Amino acid sequence: MEEKEKHSLTNHSYSVYIIVWLALLTFTAITVAVAGINFGNATIAIALIIASIKTYLVLTIFMHLKIENNTFKVFIIIAIFFLIVTFVLLFSDYSNI
Amino acid sequence: MSSEGNVAVHVHRDDEATKLGMWLFLFTELTLFGGLFLIYAVYRFTHQADFHIAAQNMDTFIGALNTIILLTSSLTMVLSITAIRRGSKKLSLLFQGITIFFGFIFLLNKYFEWSHEIHLGNFPGSEILLSKSQGDILFFGLYYVMTGLHGLHVIIGMIVIAIMMRFTLKNVITRNNNIKLEVAGLYWHLIDIIWIFLFPLFYLIS
Repeated sequence: MEEKEKHSLTNHSYSVYIIVWLALLTFTAITVAVAGINFGNATIAIALIIASIKTYLVLTIFMHLKIENNTFKVFIIIAIFFLIVTFVLLFSDYSNI
Repeated sequence: MSSEGNVAVHVHRDDEATKLGMWLFLFTELTLFGGLFLIYAVYRFTHQADFHIAAQNMDTFIGALNTIILLTSSLTMVLSITAIRRGSKKLSLLFQGITIFFGFIFLLNKYFEWSHEIHLGNFPGSEILLSKSQGDILFFGLYYVMTGLHGLHVIIGMIVIAIMMRFTLKNVITRNNNIKLEVAGLYWHLIDIIWIFLFPLFYLIS
């Protein structure tokens, strides 16, 4: 187990991170470009989707969640799930006004 | 990992627990910022037009520049961890130093940005802002609280990385024992993630 873990960690080369960084910059450029176009109510949705993709990349690659054991993944999924539940419940309240 | 070599003294260390502890702390940060994002969501929903007008005061260029700076600092942070794992102490120190430098540049931009807004009279309690609509007041209130709290995190993150640099220099953080640097990295990346959401919500809605 320890051997395997060590192996997967040292396997990480610099290039993976640089590629992810370039992807993050590209998404930033896209989000700025898209903001200039008026999609009405979809604008905020597009911005949030792009932000979520960026967050996913940071979590999995930069924060090493991809090579982390499942305990961490479960913890984080639950935390994010409840945050989303909070937002959904809040807006189910507001949309009735 | 310490059992791998011929280590005579067994040092009690649990890297998994250290990481889990950091993640639990990050979840409390999630509730802290999550609450603020909730407030933002509600006020934006109830004052849509005002928020759009108020956001026109934001400088998209500085916002985008700060996004690039913070994303790059996240890269150098993770590279410093890779470097130390590959046994390159000097390179790791260099990357940690660059990360702090980027944090400083980020704050410098923030300083210019806030100074500009304050110069225009868009600060809490100013006569100019109070004469504007309720939505404008709420937008700038949230802008200062959220970017301010985020900026505070950047300052704390820079201090933490500075301490990590000292640890690296003193060989407390080494090739086989770099968990401190790893969890410091987790904190820095969380700061990056928060900014990833702050940027479109404050700078790109006009």
